[in-house]
Amino acid sequence: MPLAQGQALVPGLTVISATPERDAEALEEAAAWCLRYAPLTAPDSPNGLWIDATGCTHLFGGEAATLADIVKRLGRSGITSRAAIADTPGASWATARYGTDPITSVPPAEAAEALRPLPVAALRLDAETITGLRRLGFERVGQLLDAPRAPFALRFGQLVIRRIDQAPGSVSEPIEPIAPPNLVSSRLAFPEPLLTPEALSHVIARLTALVCGELERRGEGARRLDLIFERIDRTEQAICIGTARPNRTLGHLGRLLDEQLERVDPGLGIEAMRLAVPLAEPIGFAQPRVSLIGDENTGADVSVLVDRLVNRLGAPKVYRAAPVESDVPERSVRRVGPLSPLAGARWPKNLPRPARLLRPPQPIETLAMLPDHPPAQFVWRRHRHRIRHADGPERIGGEWWVSDRERSAVRDYWQVEDVDGRRFWLFRSGDSVDPATGDLRWFLHGFF
Amino acid sequence: MEQGHGTAAKLAALRASIARIGQLAKAAGSVISFGVPAIDGCLPGGGLALGALHEVTSGGPDIEHGVAAMMLSAGILARLPGQVLWALERPDLFAPALDGVGLQADRVIYAEAGNAATVLLIMEEGLRHAGLAGVVGELSGNLSLTASRRLQLAAEQSGVTCLVLRRSRRHDDALFSEPTAAATRWRVTAVPAPAMLTHAPETPGLARPRWRLDLVRCRGGEPASWIVEATDETGHLCVPADLADGPATALSQRRRAVGG
Repeated sequence: MPLAQGQALVPGLTVISATPERDAEALEEAAAWCLRYAPLTAPDSPNGLWIDATGCTHLFGGEAATLADIVKRLGRSGITSRAAIADTPGASWATARYGTDPITSVPPAEAAEALRPLPVAALRLDAETITGLRRLGFERVGQLLDAPRAPFALRFGQLVIRRIDQAPGSVSEPIEPIAPPNLVSSRLAFPEPLLTPEALSHVIARLTALVCGELERRGEGARRLDLIFERIDRTEQAICIGTARPNRTLGHLGRLLDEQLERVDPGLGIEAMRLAVPLAEPIGFAQPRVSLIGDENTGADVSVLVDRLVNRLGAPKVYRAAPVESDVPERSVRRVGPLSPLAGARWPKNLPRPARLLRPPQPIETLAMLPDHPPAQFVWRRHRHRIRHADGPERIGGEWWVSDRERSAVRDYWQVEDVDGRRFWLFRSGDSVDPATGDLRWFLHGFF
Repeated sequence: MEQGHGTAAKLAALRASIARIGQLAKAAGSVISFGVPAIDGCLPGGGLALGALHEVTSGGPDIEHGVAAMMLSAGILARLPGQVLWALERPDLFAPALDGVGLQADRVIYAEAGNAATVLLIMEEGLRHAGLAGVVGELSGNLSLTASRRLQLAAEQSGVTCLVLRRSRRHDDALFSEPTAAATRWRVTAVPAPAMLTHAPETPGLARPRWRLDLVRCRGGEPASWIVEATDETGHLCVPADLADGPATALSQRRRAVGG
């Protein structure tokens, strides 16, 4: 009905203009996203996606699991969907749109059977043909499949016949896949297989030069690089590196790859090498910082240094420390990434903290008067330390929001100096007044 | 007379060419002073040379934990601009202590190496990037002459100061007397501090910690030893007030046979 009539029927009707071009683009993007499930995907306007998942479903745990994963992930982006998988495209199209369950997996060789109970509209025919068929009394696909075919060709044209043939798979129907986004990659094959690290290094330099040139043409920098070695015995070895910021410097990327070279086993020889960039990001041209005040530290250097360290040690081993708002000392520090933005947060001043912290705190034997006196001496690792001066107590309470056991736990910390001048951080668990706060054992927690 | 002048000129030219050849030229390079005239006076150039390798050890039983060495290094680096790379063998460092001497948490990048060889690799890696304030490495075990020379060369080329904190399970480890290519070698030992209030010694509390700071070896200078108060929250050392007026503020000891 025309819009004016609709607005007359329902006062306050919300009207949103349709944008078919934007919808088509979004559908293309969804088809490109589905490349994670299979290499051949295509959009099926106005509201569907084709995925040729031959041989790919085992990677996601089976057909039903793959479909459930697709529907779930699309659901997270706010798209409700129905999915079906079958031997033939026609059967899957029909089952997805007209089947009873939102997720159906049609067993192999049963495509025709699955189509039988579905309405005639499930055969991808145009509206006129469908109305004509229904007027003739054909409601279900099963009736069409059983009836003689010649009268259909006369009445409705070849399309009906073709669809009836495609349904059980007697006629094949390939989909036109979209082209995957083209990634930068270059490959070099050698007339003779290479074995020595020097030769491989040389080839790495050449490949990196080619890839960096292409990245520069596109204005992008690499975030991940995959270097694949193809051996003579048809197996492949790969090394992967990553950078913290998009980078296309030849020296830096080449050196990162060279460092990982020792992990590669060349076997009897390497006949080709391929360098691909699975993740690239646009790189902005940064104006070089020119300043007469020469004490600006160059932030760019640190990201290069961090890349080298992370690729050598692994990302969890390179970090900065950041304060956590917690009184308990072992929880007051957390690790953040080395290039995270500077927060400028600091620990509370005037609270002395030791340079080395023992994890866990070590029990010690002491002689101390309760409740507020530091120990006169303590024994740790069979050494007796006599205490000359002490400072404290600093009372640190447990955090009831972290664990129930800590609800009333209390530690009294003392910073002590022994007769040799060494300083230690001791604590007594419990305030000696309420037995629920601790059992009055003494521990050594750190060294000053 | 002319011959005297000629000889003097030749000697001056020879000294200049020796200085040009290598290490002594660094004395004219940049330094960071300790702020204590007694210490700065003994160092060539009036302070700790930047862009060079320095070794720091803790004396006494603290050699295992290296706490005093760590505080001294942190105090030096707190006063230099830029980021610091700290290479660890074991993750037992507690970051709030560094914050307490002025080396804020944002400035330090930690790298856990796991063993001594990787610590040296990481230090060299860090020394190739000019723009860092300094590179600190905690090392147990031997620091060979070749390894230390590589670190020294890398530090010279980039101008990044390199500090090696040497730790060991054994007291007076013989490994620490081996020669290395470090520009200076320090040993820091905790000594008993007096009471917090001199007029009321029974008052509970702790005074500022005290160290005996030994310059064990210095290229272009003589070994010496001082009693100082530990680094404060700005990273500075200072001479204790009760010794400042005494006759022996700097105990210079000529130790010929001291290691390295």
